[in-house]
Amino acid sequence: MMQTVLVLTAVIFSLAAAGAIIRIARGPSLLDRVLAADVLLAILGGALCVDMAVNRHLNNLMLVVAISIIGFLGSVTVARFVADRREVPGES
Amino acid sequence: MSRRRISLRQELPLLVWLVIVWGALWQDFSPGNLLFGALLAVAVARLFYLPPVELSGRFNVLYAVPFALVFLAKVVVASAQVLYLAVVRGPRVKNAVVAVTLRSHQDLLVTATGHVISLIPGSLVVEVDRSTSTLYLHALNISSAADVDNLKKEVRAIEAGLIRIMGTKEELDAVRLEASA
Amino acid sequence: MSPDATGMDYWVDLVSAVFMVVGAVMSLGAAIGLLRFPDLLSRMHAATKPQVLGLFLLLAAIGLQMRTWWVWPVLVVAWIFQLLTVPVSAHMVGRAGYRTKHLHRELLTSDELEAVVQKAAAKTAREDDSGDGSKK
Repeated sequence: MMQTVLVLTAVIFSLAAAGAIIRIARGPSLLDRVLAADVLLAILGGALCVDMAVNRHLNNLMLVVAISIIGFLGSVTVARFVADRREVPGES
Repeated sequence: MSRRRISLRQELPLLVWLVIVWGALWQDFSPGNLLFGALLAVAVARLFYLPPVELSGRFNVLYAVPFALVFLAKVVVASAQVLYLAVVRGPRVKNAVVAVTLRSHQDLLVTATGHVISLIPGSLVVEVDRSTSTLYLHALNISSAADVDNLKKEVRAIEAGLIRIMGTKEELDAVRLEASA
Repeated sequence: MSPDATGMDYWVDLVSAVFMVVGAVMSLGAAIGLLRFPDLLSRMHAATKPQVLGLFLLLAAIGLQMRTWWVWPVLVVAWIFQLLTVPVSAHMVGRAGYRTKHLHRELLTSDELEAVVQKAAAKTAREDDSGDGSKK
């Protein structure tokens, strides 16, 4: 059963990661790309979780904890950077 | 550099939280490890001084547990709703930016309310006006004025719940008065 | 699969398998939302909410699979930190997005912030005119 789950989640995560990457590539503005990159990070964390649960080890647990603690810093930094600029019409 | 002395009682929740995190990260809750964690927590709290969070001094567990359960249920509903909207509505979704004035003027309560409503169905804090404690929310799937009213009511209800858990006496009295009226 | 395939083990495996698949679907939902929603602020809903539930389910699956009590505190700590940080980044991105006009006005049924923002903008413009020119 666990092997089926592993395959199934791998497919789902790959599709999700592809979606996030498409948004990173296409995203009309910087903020869209940051948001999509955040989602991509969350997908990575989820994939690590599934790996740990299926193979019953805890090697990546600290990585997941670290992602959940400091993963938001990147988007906050970019958001501040974008918000600080004076508005230029038509461009982000 | 003048700093106000913070009482140990005011700092205690932070220290307890730090010790719990320490124990959890080591995956070891033996007394020795916890003691060392407590020493580190005190040292960290002294060295990396932050302005203390103003706590009201009351915390009601009887209200907190049901609130947490309801919150968890709402998180599930929120995810399902966003999933449904993403798949079915997609680009045709209607939104609104709504202003909600809160009763409380405590930073902690305003922050907690903002966090909770960011995580439950269809709302996200866009801007905060601290002087009037008004939250400006971006809400998903709002197509009529009735929806806006519902959202406002829900946010006020969540704030009332949080005040019951950890608000000050005055705010609690105001909420009770409102509920009985 | 497991060495002692008792009934209990089977059910725990089944529940954690369901959790894992649903958690993965949540990530997929976030990605679909990113692709299909029309503007930044609605995409942000898709990016934040399913993540929280997804991570919760996946962490619960780990806890069930490991079958030891001492992993649960770490998992709870990880989830609580995520609860604390996700709204922060969403709020910061949303604020920047609103200020840089990344939303489609025609999709909003009401906007109660716009008047406030315009008043504030007029005020700062007045201050800029009368005040110092050193502001960058």
